[in-house]
Amino acid sequence: MERNDVITADNLTKRFGDFTAVDAISFSVRRGEIFGFLGANGAGKSTAMRMLCGLSVPTSGHASVAGCDVARESEKVKRHIGYMSQRFSLYNDMTVRQNIALFAGIYGLSSSQIKERCRELAETLAFEKEFDMPVAVLPLGQQQKLSFAVATIHSPEVVFLDEPTGGVDPLTRRQFWEMIYKAADEGTTVFVTTHYMDEAEYCHRVSIMVDGKIEALGTPGELKAMFNAAGMDEVFRFLARRATRQ
Amino acid sequence: MRTLLILLRKEFILFWKNKFIPKVAFIFPCVVILIIPLVTTMDVRHVGVAIVSHDNSRLTQNIITDLGATSFFTVSRSGSYADAMEMVKDGDVDVIVEIPKDFQRSVESGNPIMPHISANGVNGTKGSLGSGYVAGSVMNTVARFRGIKPEEKASVRYLYNPTLEYRNNMIPALMIMLLIMICGFLPALNLVGEKESGTIEQMNVTPVNTTVFVLSKVIPYWIIGLLDLTAAMLIAAAVYGLVPVGALAAIYVAAALFIILISGIGIVIANRSETMSQSMFLMFFIVLVFVLMSGLLTPISSMPHWAQAITYALPPRYFIEIMRSVYLKGTDMSALGMQYILLAFFAVLTNTVAALTYRKQQ
Repeated sequence: MERNDVITADNLTKRFGDFTAVDAISFSVRRGEIFGFLGANGAGKSTAMRMLCGLSVPTSGHASVAGCDVARESEKVKRHIGYMSQRFSLYNDMTVRQNIALFAGIYGLSSSQIKERCRELAETLAFEKEFDMPVAVLPLGQQQKLSFAVATIHSPEVVFLDEPTGGVDPLTRRQFWEMIYKAADEGTTVFVTTHYMDEAEYCHRVSIMVDGKIEALGTPGELKAMFNAAGMDEVFRFLARRATRQ
Repeated sequence: MRTLLILLRKEFILFWKNKFIPKVAFIFPCVVILIIPLVTTMDVRHVGVAIVSHDNSRLTQNIITDLGATSFFTVSRSGSYADAMEMVKDGDVDVIVEIPKDFQRSVESGNPIMPHISANGVNGTKGSLGSGYVAGSVMNTVARFRGIKPEEKASVRYLYNPTLEYRNNMIPALMIMLLIMICGFLPALNLVGEKESGTIEQMNVTPVNTTVFVLSKVIPYWIIGLLDLTAAMLIAAAVYGLVPVGALAAIYVAAALFIILISGIGIVIANRSETMSQSMFLMFFIVLVFVLMSGLLTPISSMPHWAQAITYALPPRYFIEIMRSVYLKGTDMSALGMQYILLAFFAVLTNTVAALTYRKQQ
C-alpha cells in the first residue's frame, strides 16, 4: 500500500446468502482524489460503499479507510469520513440550522465552531433565509446540497457520496460539483457514485462495476482510449452490456 | 456526555414537532385513569331472578320477599323451569331459583333439600356474581327461619359489592399498563421510525457511541413516564380518593426500575424489527402476555400451576406486587426486597440484551 492511498480494498467481498453483491474487488484511492465509482443499478456500488463506511461487515477480504480497517475498526473509520446516502436522511422535522448543529456537535465541533460553520454555509448554500425552516420543505436540490454540507461539516479525510445528484436539475448539479471541487481542494478525498456520464468526466479517476466486479479502472481519458470510445457514455454502455444479472 | 446532551436536544425537538406523540403521552394517562376505573366496574346490579316454586310455603314466601328487598334483584315468578329458561333466552332473567317440593318441611326436619340455583353463564360476571348474591340471600333466609343466627354478614355488603375493592385494585394496574405503553412502545416506535425514514443510517455512519444513542432514545420516555405516573397518582387521589398508604419513595424506586426494564424490551424489539408494523405486532404480543398473565387483571393464585411457574419470568409480576402492597396495604420497602432485586435483575438483563442487539454495522 502506498503511503498516499487513503482507501484500499483488497478482494473485498459481500455475500447475502447465495447472492454475491460485491465480488472480490481490489482498488485504491489516493489522497485528494475525486474517485468516480460507476456501475449500473444493482452492480454492487452501494454495498461496496457501505462496507467502506463501516455500515456493513465484509464477508471476506479487507479494506482500509484513512488507515483503519473497516471490519475491525469501523468506529475509528467513522471519525475520518463523511457519508451521504442515496436517500435524503436528515431529520425532516428539524430546521436546517438544527440539523447542522446536531451533526457538527456529534463530530465534536464546539459551539463557536458550529456558529462559524453555519455562517459559512449560509453563504455557500445561498439559502440563508431558509435556515430556520424544517428541511422537509426545501426543494430536492437544496436538500442534497445541505446533505453534502452536513457530510463534510467536520472536514473529513474522505467523503462518500452515493448518487448525490440523482433527480437534481442541471444547474444545481453544476453547483453541487463546484462544492465537490471545493472540498477536494481543501484536501478531502471524494468517493462518488453517479449515473451521469458527464459527471464521470469531472472525476480524476473512475472505476466501472459490472455484476459485483470492477471491470475497468483509470482516468476518463485512459478508459476512452482503452475502449476506443468517444465519451464515457460509450465506455459505460459497452461494459454494462456484459452484465448477466438483473 | 456532551454528545448525549446534543442527542437529547434533538429528541426533544422532534418530540414536540410530532403531531401525535405529545398528545398520546399526556392525554392518554388522564383518559386511562379518569375513565377506565369507572367503566370497568365489577358491580352487578339489576340481576333478573326467576323463582320456580314447587313448594308453596311460608319459607318460599320469605325467600322471595328477602330477594325483592334489595336493589340488586328484579324478582319474577315463573310457572315452570322451561318458562324460566325462555326468560333467560330473552335476556330478562340471569338467575333461576328452583325451590324443591316440600322445601319447608325438609328444612324443619333438619335435613334440608336446598333450592337449585342456575345462572346464565354468557355474561360470566353477572351470572357468577349474581348467583352468588342469590345463594347468599337464600341461605340467610333459611338460617333465620331455622332460628339460627345468620352467619354474620356485616361484611355482606363488602363481599357482595366488590366495586370499591376492585377499583382500588385496578388503579395501580392501570398505572403499570400506562408505563408499559409510554416507556415500552414509544421508544420502540421512535427507533424503528428512524430506521424507516433512513435517518438512522446517517447516525450509524457517525462515531456516536451506541450506548449514548440508545440512552438518548429512552431517557425522554423515562421522564415522561415518571411525569405520567405522578399525574395518574394525583388524579387517583383527587377523583377516587385513592392515596398510597405506603411510602412514595417505594413506588418511585419500583417505577424507575420498571421503566428502565420495559424500555430495554422496547429497544430489543426495535433492534429486531425493520418496520413499524413488525415492532408493533411484537410489542402488542408481549403486552398481551404481560397484561393477562402477570396478575395485572386476574390473580396469579387462581392460575393453573404451570402458568404460575411462568409468571416468575414476567417482570411486571414483581412490579404489580410492589404497587399493590405499597399502594393499598402500605407495605414497607424492606419487606419487598426480593421484588426490588428481581426488578433490578430484569432491568439489567433487558438492557444488556438491548445493547448487544443494537448494531451499527450490518
